[in-house]
Amino acid sequence: MEFLNLVLVAPIVDMIEYPSFFIEVVFGGLMSGVMYSLVALGFVLIFKASGVFNFSQGVFALFAALTLVGLMTGTVPFTLNKSLPELPAWVAIILTFIVMIGLAIAVERIVLRPLVNQDHIIMFMSTIGLAFVLEGLGDTIWGSEVKALDVGIPTGNFLIGEIQIQIFDLWAAGIAAFLVVVLAVFFQYTRTGRALRAVADDHQAALSVGIPLKNIWIIVWSVAGLVALVAGIMWGSKSGVQFSLSLIALKALPVLILGGFTSVPGAIVGGLIIGVGEKVAEVYWGPLVDGAIENWFAYVLALVFLLFRPQGLFGDKIIERV
Amino acid sequence: MLYRESGQFKTSYSADQAIFPIRQDNWAMVVFLLVAFIAVPYFGTEYFFQAIMIPVLIFALAATGLNILTGYCGQLSLGTGGFMAVGAVACYKLTTGFPEMNFVLVLLLSGIITAGVGLLFGIPSLRIKGFYLAVATLAAQFFLSWLFNKVAWFQNYTPSGTITMPPREVFGIAVTGANADAMDRYLFCLVFVLILAMAAKNLVRGPIGRSWMAIRDMDIAAELIGFRPFQTKLMAFSVSSFYVGVAGAMALSLWLGSVETAEAFDINVSFQVLFMIIIGGLGSMMGSFVGAAFIILMPIVLTNVMVGSLGMQAVTAKHFEFMFFGGLIIFFLIVEPHGIARLWQIAKEKLRIWPFPH
Repeated sequence: MEFLNLVLVAPIVDMIEYPSFFIEVVFGGLMSGVMYSLVALGFVLIFKASGVFNFSQGVFALFAALTLVGLMTGTVPFTLNKSLPELPAWVAIILTFIVMIGLAIAVERIVLRPLVNQDHIIMFMSTIGLAFVLEGLGDTIWGSEVKALDVGIPTGNFLIGEIQIQIFDLWAAGIAAFLVVVLAVFFQYTRTGRALRAVADDHQAALSVGIPLKNIWIIVWSVAGLVALVAGIMWGSKSGVQFSLSLIALKALPVLILGGFTSVPGAIVGGLIIGVGEKVAEVYWGPLVDGAIENWFAYVLALVFLLFRPQGLFGDKIIERV
Repeated sequence: MLYRESGQFKTSYSADQAIFPIRQDNWAMVVFLLVAFIAVPYFGTEYFFQAIMIPVLIFALAATGLNILTGYCGQLSLGTGGFMAVGAVACYKLTTGFPEMNFVLVLLLSGIITAGVGLLFGIPSLRIKGFYLAVATLAAQFFLSWLFNKVAWFQNYTPSGTITMPPREVFGIAVTGANADAMDRYLFCLVFVLILAMAAKNLVRGPIGRSWMAIRDMDIAAELIGFRPFQTKLMAFSVSSFYVGVAGAMALSLWLGSVETAEAFDINVSFQVLFMIIIGGLGSMMGSFVGAAFIILMPIVLTNVMVGSLGMQAVTAKHFEFMFFGGLIIFFLIVEPHGIARLWQIAKEKLRIWPFPH
């Protein structure tokens, strides 16, 4: 009874007694959820368009953030020598985006094209290899120490009632929402967007009506690069640009399976659910088992969820035929 | 010329079904065993055993385990590190709890305990497939490392949180602990791994292995012709976990001696073992061994070449190693997605008809 009370009743009572604290926890969860969604979004875009499960998305974010910091501080590549002119944030961001496009082209030429039509697992492994290459490359070019990143997003906090809100988090949420809207418009109303959706729907049908598949792949990987850049900026400003940034890819995986591999709204909603779920679990149930359950809670949540809906929340229904 | 099977007639079914039906393969195997049992111990040094041979053998066993699950039964798993941790912890708890217990028995029991845990995490595989399953197995990885890190019982309440293998003997020869000779540990590993690999080889070419492959190739079709997917998948999960668990127990007792579970068997180990079977060859027993040797040896060779010969800084060399490692993996996948085992097979086919092209 004692145990059941601790597990089932006490946390709920806590939540009801101190609603403002509960709201703060939920709010914090939503914010980290936004961050997860950003990374998961990059996964979904690539998976939809090329069927590749891109494990290197997290390293993409790290690489983008490293490049951005390098450009902003005027580091000469490969030397760690800070003698180039320091660039303003917006110029550096544009330049980094160009670098990411170059990277997308290189990935398409060197990795994807020779592997066309291979098994999914082979593609998946090749993106893990790609993650290793990019990690080594980024560290070789820009150095591996922790770097601060400040692109001028305001920080500080204010109070609404008793609830403390970080201004940075609001900005992050705003930028993420803006990005999603831009992507949605791009996919829905432009020629390229239509082509992208056609490819996502059926590769062969798209090819047969004359959509150039390899250009589409370059575009998709560039868009994923842009998403990675935004994610890299957000995470980098929050916790510094460092190796652990690439590990957020692992955190995005349960978000993906919760939302479904093929659904953009799924990535967003999944991210929010995972973010809130793990924060609430950590704060209210974590102390019962000595804490740090954040590391695995998301996975177990996703696992339990999958038992009931194997294709995720918004994923395409899996139809299997012999 | 050298590799020709003409004139080798099979007069019984058992001869026809032998693991190495061609005489030359048998000789190659004998030479290989002679090298492994006599030449290597004769010429090997402490460093050679500790840094190369023992890890290669242990990871070959883990790769065999994962190959059973992924290569033969088609269930992608990223939880190998977690299951190795289960094996290591089980071995530690058993041998400290029952100091009189025979060390071989301890290893086997740790494998069986891991098989039980694997069975538990295999249950979702009936409904979850493909990449969804791969991510689901990450739950095992993170949950298990957290569990062994947080619950002090698993570390016998040592303040440092590390588990250290006490000295144990097999047939009067010390094989674990600080005083065990590297060569003895190597030979013990070799015998143990060879026996288990032999068992695995016979398992995968028998009816159980055929049912796994049927499930791998298309689970619905396999179900329709009468294989039971649930039992078959769970069987694969538990057998695979048994091998991985024994490998984990051996890694603790025979190789590392003392580990911090959450760090020694982290997610990178899972990826490493996955690399081994992909590079070596999915669904090939030989592939597990070749892949393990390749993945263990490559970083050592790279570091030696870059730091030793080219005189690079150790940190820069580490970054270059990452790049080379990733690049080589991509290169291998592009050149031969079916792994080194497949290259070997092609070479054998070519040798058979040499010097004629067809």
